[in-house]
Amino acid sequence: MKILNEMKLSFPSRSVNESFSRSAVASFALQLDPRLDELSDIRTAVSEAVTNCIVHAYRDSVGTIEITARILEGNILYIKIKDRGCGIPDIEKALEPMFTTSPEEERAGLGFAVMESFMDKLKVKSKVGEGTTVVMQKKISKR
Amino acid sequence: MAMEVQMNEDALAAKISGEIDHHSAALMRAELDEKIRNLNPKKLSLDFSAVSFMDSSGIGFIMGRYKLMNEISGTVEILNTPAPINKVLRLAGLDKIVNIKR
Repeated sequence: MKILNEMKLSFPSRSVNESFSRSAVASFALQLDPRLDELSDIRTAVSEAVTNCIVHAYRDSVGTIEITARILEGNILYIKIKDRGCGIPDIEKALEPMFTTSPEEERAGLGFAVMESFMDKLKVKSKVGEGTTVVMQKKISKR
Repeated sequence: MAMEVQMNEDALAAKISGEIDHHSAALMRAELDEKIRNLNPKKLSLDFSAVSFMDSSGIGFIMGRYKLMNEISGTVEILNTPAPINKVLRLAGLDKIVNIKR
């Protein structure tokens, strides 16, 4: 699909950047003229993906999180969130709602479930020791 | 994120404002748990009317307080959740466990 616009962000995996990153992607998405509920879905999905990088991928360390956001032909928002952290040994298990490896930190195990239900498409690629890439897409309704 | 906490008889009311994510939930959790342990309330009311954003970290936050209140035989109610927050609560099935008053 033709890329109409693109932005890239790169920032350290500090929890203070959760708010910054979801707001930055939401600002970029504004050019698609989304409804408030669509914008809220985008912010929530990005927040989940970035939080996963901070809590899991770079657990006990700080690494770089990279976000690429694109506007694709057909009013589609594309978001790629990439880390070079620990990777996910079993993606299928990680995608199960309520599955978490961090219950003591009060993680609900719903990150991927939120991304899946708030966006139209979700793809997760991961390799242990190399990192994880999450790609999400959402079609924004034309008004 | 800010939290206003008030004790009325045996009920502890916390009005949360701003955004709830992994970063802010950790701060809220420390502050609220200290109050719960000190004041031993029978009921915890969380007012969400001024919450502008919440991701699944908010679910973990609510569940954690629910467990803590359970330990001291107390209850939890959630008040005034805006529409986007209801969507996250519903996805988590939290509306079936905690008393939510809209």
